[in-house]
Amino acid sequence: MTSLLTRPAAPSAGPPSLNRPAGRRPLPQGLTAAIWATSGLALATGFLTDLGGARGFGLAWLIAMLVPLASLVFEGRRKATDRFVTVLVVTAFMIAVIPLVSILSTVIAKGAPVLSAEFFTTSMRNVVGEGGGIQHAMLGTLIITGFATLISVPIGLFAAIYLIEYSDGGPTARGLRFLTDVMTGIPSIVAGLFAYALFVLIFGEGIRMGLGGAVALSVLMIPVVIRSSEEMLKLVPNELREASWALGVSRWRTIVKVVLPTALAGIVTGVTLAIARVIGETAPLLIIAGMTDSVNTNPLDGRMATLPVFAYSALMNPGVPPQPSIDRAWGAALTLLIIVMLLNLVARGISYLFSPAQRR
Amino acid sequence: MNRKSLRALAAGSAGTILLFGTAACGTSDNNDDSAKGDLHGTLNGAGASSQESAIGAWRQGFQQANEGVTVNYDPIGSGGGREQFIAGGISFAGSDAFLDEDELTAATERCSSDIVSVPVYVSPIAVIFNLDNVKELKLDSATLGSIFEGKITSWDDAAIKALNPGIDLPSSKITPVHRGDDSGTTKNFTDYLTAASGGTWTGGAVETWPVKGGEAANGTSGVVSAVKSGSGTIGYADASQADGLATASIKVGSEFVNPTPEAAAQVLDTAERVADRSDTDIALKIDRTTTASGVYPIVMVSYQIACQKYEDANEQKLVKSWLTWVASAEGQKAAADSAGSAPLSEDFAATVKTAIDSIS
Amino acid sequence: MSKTIQRPGDTIFRGLAQSAAFVILVTLAAVALFLTAKGIPGITADADQVKHGTTFATFVIPLVFGTLWAALLALVFATPIAIGVALFISHYAPRRLSGPIGYVIDLLAAVPSVVFGAWGMMTLAPAMQGPYAWLEENLGFIPLFAGPASSTGRTMLTAALVLAIMILPIMTALCREIFLQTPRLNEEAALALGATRWEMVRMSVFPHAKSGIISAAMLSLGRALGETMAVAMVLSASGIITFNVISSTNPSTIAANIALSFNEASGLTVNALIATGLVLFVITFAVNFAARLLIGSPKRAKGAKK
Repeated sequence: MTSLLTRPAAPSAGPPSLNRPAGRRPLPQGLTAAIWATSGLALATGFLTDLGGARGFGLAWLIAMLVPLASLVFEGRRKATDRFVTVLVVTAFMIAVIPLVSILSTVIAKGAPVLSAEFFTTSMRNVVGEGGGIQHAMLGTLIITGFATLISVPIGLFAAIYLIEYSDGGPTARGLRFLTDVMTGIPSIVAGLFAYALFVLIFGEGIRMGLGGAVALSVLMIPVVIRSSEEMLKLVPNELREASWALGVSRWRTIVKVVLPTALAGIVTGVTLAIARVIGETAPLLIIAGMTDSVNTNPLDGRMATLPVFAYSALMNPGVPPQPSIDRAWGAALTLLIIVMLLNLVARGISYLFSPAQRR
Repeated sequence: MNRKSLRALAAGSAGTILLFGTAACGTSDNNDDSAKGDLHGTLNGAGASSQESAIGAWRQGFQQANEGVTVNYDPIGSGGGREQFIAGGISFAGSDAFLDEDELTAATERCSSDIVSVPVYVSPIAVIFNLDNVKELKLDSATLGSIFEGKITSWDDAAIKALNPGIDLPSSKITPVHRGDDSGTTKNFTDYLTAASGGTWTGGAVETWPVKGGEAANGTSGVVSAVKSGSGTIGYADASQADGLATASIKVGSEFVNPTPEAAAQVLDTAERVADRSDTDIALKIDRTTTASGVYPIVMVSYQIACQKYEDANEQKLVKSWLTWVASAEGQKAAADSAGSAPLSEDFAATVKTAIDSIS
Repeated sequence: MSKTIQRPGDTIFRGLAQSAAFVILVTLAAVALFLTAKGIPGITADADQVKHGTTFATFVIPLVFGTLWAALLALVFATPIAIGVALFISHYAPRRLSGPIGYVIDLLAAVPSVVFGAWGMMTLAPAMQGPYAWLEENLGFIPLFAGPASSTGRTMLTAALVLAIMILPIMTALCREIFLQTPRLNEEAALALGATRWEMVRMSVFPHAKSGIISAAMLSLGRALGETMAVAMVLSASGIITFNVISSTNPSTIAANIALSFNEASGLTVNALIATGLVLFVITFAVNFAARLLIGSPKRAKGAKK
């Protein structure tokens, strides 16, 4: 998924009108463009007026279907099928975009009015009804995600180093790679239960602590870090390693001084994306980190609020009256969304800026 | 291009850091001990989530009066609260049920003294509904049982019609809404149905909704919003959160009673104390089948459980002050305002106070 | 390898790397082990010792059904859309646009699950009330839409739609990778023979991508099986087994049930919940295992050859 910016050129991509094998009579380019434009207009009208998004979408689709229809008349069945599939593919994309637009607009519309300096600098301690904020949840998220990163990055990075630099690609390495892939599929709630079961053995029943959340997130994060670091280490040319060995540099110093610095940007990108993935996790934290109203900065002592769990519980268990709590939930959701988006942006920025020129 | 994206990247990272930074620089929650109030330390409780919003109000008042004190309450459910109390992990428990015989023995052992168990949170459970053009509805317990069992499926059923002469009931179907999660509200509601419905309710008195069917919603707010957003829906929820919804009045004796705090508080006066308990263990058997005038029998009574003696003198002082505040007229009013509970009547509050005073 | 110089530092570093790699093995084993250790008392518990009041088997079977059913429905919705979007990005969109378009889809993957849940609960469910009533009225003869239609919209179908949206980005990304790996020569040969773009896709891209699409679908299925919050927040669950997708009576899923019950559970009920987690772990592990076996990971092959 990280390779978005570096993917090879799509073959034969170009506007449909440029790709014109022999038909009976080619469709005038102006006509197709006009139909597409009308269709887009219908879509926009649907969303902007009280026609409704769904009706606008249906109308736009019907208009777009004129393209294959006209094609059937002018160009014959084969070209018409091709144009029909083009409409379908574009439709699939539009369908995928609708929920995204709806989610973003809902969260922004409901969350933006809540954000204020007070919202970020107060906790919910002693707050009943209106007021209060998410300071405690933000600190909890920062601490838990921070510890998860501290646990995951060394393990993930070293494991990737083992797989690329030390293993000979034999059955052990293949098995480990396979298990890493399988581990990426562990449901987040199972990771939470695992952390709970582990901490119960150490601290007794009913344990809730921030560190447990960090352990649960690590289970989710480690395989992601391994996979992305592995990809990056693989990209380091073998010539660099060989040159270093030829100079009498030991193997581990070669890794530390030559291989890692070369792959650093990619590794940092991978780690940032991994953080972005786990920072929004709710289920494991709900189980092992719990929820509290006050600031708790000690990951070894008691419940610790986090942004996603805060949003969840503020939405599901609002007090009386419920509205202020629901508002706060949307505010927390928006804050979380902004943080995740920023992390993604930072990751892409790093990979874009530091990637070798030919890979852009 | 490069520089531009670098700037965007820097702005992005700065934004992320700033978001967390503002949270970190906010006010600290733990004020120093020199502040007002001569109490200091941390008081830990756990138990029923039904008390959570009331405890939020009590905690606010208590912590504001005693700035050196932090009260923690883990809403882990009644059973968990009693378990942890017996295990000695917490200073007091909140529970929707009084201790049973075995638990009482274990708890007495833990305290090396009698326990103090006082009902402090009484909340009427309203039967709420959403039906076009119908604002008032009268129901009796047998009909209620049939509706929630799914045996009466239409609003113009003869049983409902007979109770509501002169009201034009539509023929639309009834959608009963119940709690999907385990809850004390469900336990008390089904306890009422079991005792009073005369056999139309067969599910027993349980925390987990026993009937397969109907709409399940999570938390009181979930039930309220499900009833509100559907049509022909009927559900049960803490009366305090039923704002804006029509509420059914329930037949008690020969009259129909609304779920007002006053009507609910009277339940305590008609309730019988469980025999063979120490004076400080106020365990109430609620008379669900009462025919006394003006009593609303669908109530939830929730207790707070503590020891008479603690090894730590400071802990003892904290528990005593806390319970005294909770049972005081101001404390009860605070809970009534923010959680919609029914304040204890003066006579009953005096009995409770005596029990609490035994902590020394 | 023997030509490079071995120093104490090397031994230590190698040891570190090796043990880190084996953490994977240890973690997976530990997950299985701890869940089993904590789950077994829940499996053997008597009906009256746990909150749900039944034996473990009667408790878990509707949950397993709900989990599989929701994930399967989500897969049915997501697969055609994901293939379409992946094709759009890989073969249809103008080249300059395909990067940004891919990013837009990836944005969906960045949305935290709790936000999906909130959106599903507050926006999607109310919007679906009308369509469900319509489905019951017009297609009620199909058992899927037998109704009675939910008056709140919090149904299995809504939950499956949210799940479908959530697995869409990962599935699109996987399909896109696979489509892009079609040998360029095959594509160009097809075009040179006068094939239209669709014919080229059908004759050279799809045959090449078939097993990849299947494994992408299975990996997405694994995601959908374990997704917790969206289902917990959206679904109105009653613990029954039904194929009816538009009524308010639905089976819950394992993950959602854990999230909703865990905080108020105590004693053996906790163990029973952990045991359901173990069941979920085994199911997802099996699905992922099969999917990975099937692809043998094309990504890796690409890197190794270069």
